[in-house]
Amino acid sequence: MGGTVSANHDRANLLEVRGLTKIFGTLTACDHIDLNIAKGEIHALLGENGAGKSTLVKMLFGSLEPNSGEIFWDGKPVRITSPGVAKKLGIGMVFQHFSLFEALTAAENIALSLNDGSPISTIAAKARALSYSYGLPLDPDSLVGDLSVGERQRIEIIRCLLQTPQLIILDEPTSVLTPQEADKLFETLERLRAEGKSILYISHRLEEVKRICDRATVLRHGKVVGHCNPREETAASLARMMVGSEVKAVVRAPAEGIETAPALLEIRGLSRKPATPFAIPLKNINLTVCAGEVIGIAGVAGNGQGEFFESVSGEVLQQDAGSVRIRGKDAGGLSITGRRLMGAAFVPEERLGHGAAPRMKLSENLLLSRHATDGKAFVGSGGTVKNGAVYSAAQRIIKAMDVRKSAPDPEAAALSGGNLQKFIVGRELDRKPSVMIVNQPTWGVDAGAAAHIRQALIELARSGSAVLVISQDLDELFELSDAIAVMHNGELSAPLPIAEATFEKIGLLMGGAEPGHAEHGMEVA
Amino acid sequence: MDITVNILLTIATAATPLLIAAIGELVVERSGVLNLGVEGMMIMGAVGGFGAGYLTGSPWIGLLAAIIVGALFSLLFAVMTLSLATNQVATGLSLTLLGLGLSGMIGTSFVGQPGVRLPNLDIPGISSIPVVGRLIFGQDPVFYISIALTAAVMWFLFRTRTGLTLRSIGDSHTSAHALGIKVIRYRYLAVVFGGACAGLAGGHLSLVYTPQWVENMSAGRGWIALALVVFASWRPWRVLAGAYIFGAVWIGQLHAQAFGIPVPSQFLSSLPYLATIVVLVLISRNKRLTMMNTPASLGQPFVPDR
Repeated sequence: MGGTVSANHDRANLLEVRGLTKIFGTLTACDHIDLNIAKGEIHALLGENGAGKSTLVKMLFGSLEPNSGEIFWDGKPVRITSPGVAKKLGIGMVFQHFSLFEALTAAENIALSLNDGSPISTIAAKARALSYSYGLPLDPDSLVGDLSVGERQRIEIIRCLLQTPQLIILDEPTSVLTPQEADKLFETLERLRAEGKSILYISHRLEEVKRICDRATVLRHGKVVGHCNPREETAASLARMMVGSEVKAVVRAPAEGIETAPALLEIRGLSRKPATPFAIPLKNINLTVCAGEVIGIAGVAGNGQGEFFESVSGEVLQQDAGSVRIRGKDAGGLSITGRRLMGAAFVPEERLGHGAAPRMKLSENLLLSRHATDGKAFVGSGGTVKNGAVYSAAQRIIKAMDVRKSAPDPEAAALSGGNLQKFIVGRELDRKPSVMIVNQPTWGVDAGAAAHIRQALIELARSGSAVLVISQDLDELFELSDAIAVMHNGELSAPLPIAEATFEKIGLLMGGAEPGHAEHGMEVA
Repeated sequence: MDITVNILLTIATAATPLLIAAIGELVVERSGVLNLGVEGMMIMGAVGGFGAGYLTGSPWIGLLAAIIVGALFSLLFAVMTLSLATNQVATGLSLTLLGLGLSGMIGTSFVGQPGVRLPNLDIPGISSIPVVGRLIFGQDPVFYISIALTAAVMWFLFRTRTGLTLRSIGDSHTSAHALGIKVIRYRYLAVVFGGACAGLAGGHLSLVYTPQWVENMSAGRGWIALALVVFASWRPWRVLAGAYIFGAVWIGQLHAQAFGIPVPSQFLSSLPYLATIVVLVLISRNKRLTMMNTPASLGQPFVPDR
């Protein structure tokens, strides 16, 4: 391994970045960043959310203009003023939030990023051939809106490869893939490296960085804090570099007496027709969450988790009131408030606009979600709001969850994503709900805060509540669940007790293997 | 027989301005911009076309002036919404109000003046063939332009790379920007094209339909064109169908009223609207297809971060 690295040092640098700086208002997102990428290496860019990774990459791809600093391509100074310029130089990008057009076919999407005038059918044939040669099969005539997230990413990768770039930038590529799909991606990346291409690989998943990357540059608060060879580091030492301090490990005490505990959340034969042409129908979902346990729902994004959360939280009502039962009573016909009054609490995936009203203060957001359940505490006689009580409750939550903010009671939109998430989770935990349902509890939250949220969820369960966590982050689910069920194409598998669950088994279920055949699939693999 | 031909000809004349304005707006909306100023651009085209025709005596110069005035007027909207990222709905509404007021002011001296009319196509020998001759070879020039324009827009949107790019911008301007597509430039061109079409439609009103200037002579046709685009789910041939259904029922109910059919005239007057909506809703039953054709970023201002 060391040999590869020293060989890279001898090789010419394909891209050299010196003192790149980007300032947004008062925030220095990137502060004098230096970065060298050699020809034929996979270079990792590591950092917490908000460390400046995305800003740096956007400057390299021409979608943002740096305030100062220089970029050298093949030893020559260049100014990358637009994505078009970046593409001409030979920089290709696979975006984290896909830059695809849902209403167009895969081939049309690919054609849009190529500047030659060849007909769509030629491009489709080329894309098909290339996709099969890399083992990422793709149907160019399919409509992007119909494809899974993994398939969409294939389009992005094929589109990028068709431009024959010298440097490929991948922004958190595996966050939407099953472990098996990720393996396939790693094979592709290794093949590209063998072809002499350079890859800038952005991730916060340390194990995969250790596995495929030759060198790493670590960012923290917009500054480069170190370069290293990830293969010589441990996941813990990399995490320390990223966070700047030790990350507390989440402790999960064994659940006791689950067998005799009452079922607090029961879902019985829940089905739902798709509301829009691209939505996923729910098919006969059954699940029981008992007092004291945390059940995790894994699955690749877009397999019905959003639809499931909407149904269980009461954003969408059920025809059959018995299909969702909270604390032993039918709740399927009740609205969100009705279900909250029964003791349930919900944290939706989308923080701004769904979990919180962006332009309202934290205390006002608190009142919005709890005016019914905490009516006595927050609302006085005649319907007037007790502002003092709401304010002090908000401050209590801010303190309990260590929410970092710039003003005593700022607008929700003024908080960083991670801090707002802590507040939203804290707002529900503060009620000590007997049923807690969370969708993507730590999406985009830094490691320290994520550990805090996970620990709080486990403690809530151990104090006698039922906790249901929907997440795409398998590491997270393994850390906090007592059992994991998998959602695929609108169907939910039976929960697998954590002692029996492995990444491979869950991964196969995420990829659509029949629940009963997971073991069999393992043998084949 | 002659009556039938005459009715068919009036239907075409009634449908033509709707079709042209709607096709222009369709291109604008396909690029993701909602311009509610169609009525205003149309009336400006009408007054500009009439004025230029009246002053020069040439209806062709009038028609050209109508196109230019419409395009220039839409440029105002483009600068506001695209360069300054103002709210498209509010800007479009004010464009309509401005157009109606401004055209009235410009047109005060034109009221009651005899206008010039674009002559109908007349190919000796052929145009005088009964029925077919007049229907196919004897209409006004703008009718032929409208049909050619519809075909050209269909071909452009669904057969050319530039058309694909335009549709992609309407689907997601952030994705388009990330690919290096010049979102604002495309939208400028689309908006100005839409303005030119609305101006041409206005020119048709004051140079063909009723060759004179009357204040507010667009009489809500811009709004009908806007509605046609939405109800036709942003598909050109459906816009064509919608415009002609509207024209046909419009002319039909006029004749029905003239015959004194014992149905309240208010009901008859509302028939064209009802019929058009019902038919277009029926042909766009396919939700999936409608979804695919709806520009997802319609009406959202685009501000690239730099």
